[in-house]
Amino acid sequence: MEIDVEEPAAPAQDDRAVVGSRSVDVVVTLLLFGLACLLGFDSWRLGAGWESDGPQAGYFPFYLSILLGAASLFGLGSALKARAAADEPFVTRDQFRRVLQVLVPTFLFVLLIQYLGLYVASFILVVGFMRFIGGIALWKSALTAAVFVVAMFFVFDVAFDVIMPKGPLEAAFGR
Amino acid sequence: MEAFELLWHGFQVLLTFKTLSLMMIGLVLGIFVGVLPGLGGPNGVAILLPLTFTMDPTSAIVMLSSIYWGALFGGAITSILFNIPGEAWSVATTFDGYPMAQQGRAAEALTAAFTSSFIGSFVAVVLITFLAPRIAGFALRFGPPEFFAVYLLTFCSFVGLGREQRHKIVISMSLGLLLAGVGMDTVSGQLRMTFGSTDLLRGVNFLVAVIGLFGISEILLTMEERLALHGHVAKISPRVVWETWKTLPRYWVTLVRSSAIGCWLGITPGGAIAASFMGYNLAKRFARDKESFGKGRIDGVLAPETAAHAAGTSALLPMLALGIPGSGTAAILLGGLMVWGLNPGPLLFVEQKSFVWGLIASMYLGNIVGLVLVLSTVPLFAAVLRVPFAAIAPMILVSCAIGAYAVQNALFDIWLMLLFGVVGYVFKKRGYPLAPLTLALVLGSRTEDAFRLAMIGAGGDLRVFWSNWLVGTITTLALVMLFWPLIEKAIGGAGRLVRMRPAKA
Repeated sequence: MEIDVEEPAAPAQDDRAVVGSRSVDVVVTLLLFGLACLLGFDSWRLGAGWESDGPQAGYFPFYLSILLGAASLFGLGSALKARAAADEPFVTRDQFRRVLQVLVPTFLFVLLIQYLGLYVASFILVVGFMRFIGGIALWKSALTAAVFVVAMFFVFDVAFDVIMPKGPLEAAFGR
Repeated sequence: MEAFELLWHGFQVLLTFKTLSLMMIGLVLGIFVGVLPGLGGPNGVAILLPLTFTMDPTSAIVMLSSIYWGALFGGAITSILFNIPGEAWSVATTFDGYPMAQQGRAAEALTAAFTSSFIGSFVAVVLITFLAPRIAGFALRFGPPEFFAVYLLTFCSFVGLGREQRHKIVISMSLGLLLAGVGMDTVSGQLRMTFGSTDLLRGVNFLVAVIGLFGISEILLTMEERLALHGHVAKISPRVVWETWKTLPRYWVTLVRSSAIGCWLGITPGGAIAASFMGYNLAKRFARDKESFGKGRIDGVLAPETAAHAAGTSALLPMLALGIPGSGTAAILLGGLMVWGLNPGPLLFVEQKSFVWGLIASMYLGNIVGLVLVLSTVPLFAAVLRVPFAAIAPMILVSCAIGAYAVQNALFDIWLMLLFGVVGYVFKKRGYPLAPLTLALVLGSRTEDAFRLAMIGAGGDLRVFWSNWLVGTITTLALVMLFWPLIEKAIGGAGRLVRMRPAKA
C-alpha cells in the first residue's frame, strides 16, 4: 500500500526572513527581564524577608525573580554580543504566513467560545480551517466537523460528565 | 516474595472488563497520538487527561499510562515508514529504520522496533516492580528537609547536566517555579503575584500550561514545515515476525546495554530522547563494522528503541516512589494523581496499594497487548497519515481547548493555554528547554512547602540541610550536580597537569 501526501502550499526554503533570531532573543530576554522585575517587585511588597520561623511569603518568588532577571540579562548580553552577520532567520515570510494561518483562527476560536459555547465554535473552526486553509470541499469539511463535534459532545458531556461551556444553540435544545 | 503477592493483587484489580477495555482504548488512542504529526506523548496525555477526571484513580491511571505506551509504540511507525519521527525519541530510529524500509525490509524493521520497545519497557517494569517499593519504603523516613534536598537535587541536575545553554535552562526553570507560586500561598494564606486579578487567584494550572506549551506550540511548528510524505506501508506477516525474532538473541549485548542506558537515563532526568541517541551511538561504537550503520542495520533499530522505551518506562519509577517525575509525561501523570485526589510520594505504596500495583500490573499487560496490537494493525494506523493535516490540526486545537477548560472549568484557562502555546513556540525555536519548566511547574509549590516546613521545624536555621548524613549527602550531591560543568573542567585540567609533568621531566 502506497501512501503519498503532497503539499503544494509548502513554504519555500530560501525565503526572506521576517525577523532574525538575534532580534527575537533580545525581545524575549527583555520581556523576561520585565516579568522578573514585575514579579520581584510584587514579592518584595509582600515581604521577602526572613522571620524567626523561616521565610516570608514573598521570599521564594523574590529570589527566583532575581535569578530569572539575572539569567535573562545574561541572555540579553550574549544576544547583543553575537555577530549580526551570522544571524540566522527566526522565521521566514512563508513560514510566518503559515503560522498565522493557525494562530489567527485559534485566537478567533477562543474568542467565539465566550459567546457561542465550545461546540459551536469548534464546528466553525473545523469547517473554516478545512475549507479555507486546507482547500477541502465544503460538504466534506462540514460533514467531518459535524461528526467530530457531535462525537466530542457525547464523549465529554454525556459519557464522561466533563461539562463544557455552552452557548445559545445548546440553550435552545435545553442543555 | 512480597512483590509477587502484591503484583498478583494488582493483576486482580486489572482483570475486569471495564479496566481492560479502558486499556485497549488508551492503547489505540496512544498509537494515534504517536503517529499523528503535531501530537506527542506529553501533549497526548495532557489533552486526554480530562477524560479521566470523573473516573476512579485506578481506571484513570491505567488508561493514561496505556496512552503513553501507545504513543511510545506509535512513534516508531512513522520514523521507519516515512522517515518522519513522530516523537523526538524516535529520531535515532530513522537512521537505520528508514533505509531498511527502502530496501523493502519495512516489516522486519517494524517488528524489530516494536519487539525491542517491548523488551526495553519490560526490563524497566521489572526494575520498577522490585526497586520502587524499596525506595518508597526508604523514603518513608524522609521529612521536609530530605524532600527539599531531593527536589533540589532534581533541579540542580537539570542545570548541571542539561545540554542546552545554561542560562536558558535557568530561565526556563525559574519561570516555572515563579508561575507555580502565583495565587494563594499555602503556608501564610497571602495572595502572591495575582495583581488583583480573580482569574490569577486560582494560580497557573500546570496542565493548562502543558497543553499550551506542548500541544498548541507543536501545531504551530508543524505548520511551519513541509508536510509532504511518501512511503510504502507493509503488512507484517507472522512469518516475518518469527524470522525476525529468531535473529534477536544474536543482539543480546545491544539489548542489554540499551536497556541499562535507558533505565539509568529514565530515572535521572536524562529522558528518553537522550537515551535513544546514546543507545544508538554506543551500539555503533562497539560494532565491528561501523560503516554499515545508517544503511539499514537491524541493531541500529534495536538499540535506540530499547533505550527509549526503557527510559520512558523507568521515568515512572521516581514518580511512584518519591513523587518526582523523571520525564515530561511522568510529570503530567503526576499532575493527574493530584487531580484524582491522591498525594504523590512514598506514602502511595502504603495507602493506595490497589492503585500502585494496578498501575504496575497494567505496565506488564499494556506492553504485551500493545505489542500484539501494533504488530497486527500497522497499515491501519499508517493510513491515518492520509488524512490531511488541515483536518487534523483544528481537531487537535479543539481537543486542547477542551482539555484546558476542563481542568478548572475556567474560560480564562483557554486564553492562558493560547499564551503558553506562543511561548512554547518561541522557546522551542530558540532552544529554551521545556522540560525544566514543566517539572518546576508541577514541583514548585511542593518544593517551597518542603523548604518552609523544614525551616519552621528547625527554627529558621539553614544548617538543617546538613543535619544528618542522609540529608547532608543529598544536599551536597545537589550542589555537586549544579556545579558539575565546572567540576568536570577542573578534573580535566588537573588530569592534564598530572600528565604534563612526566612529559616535562
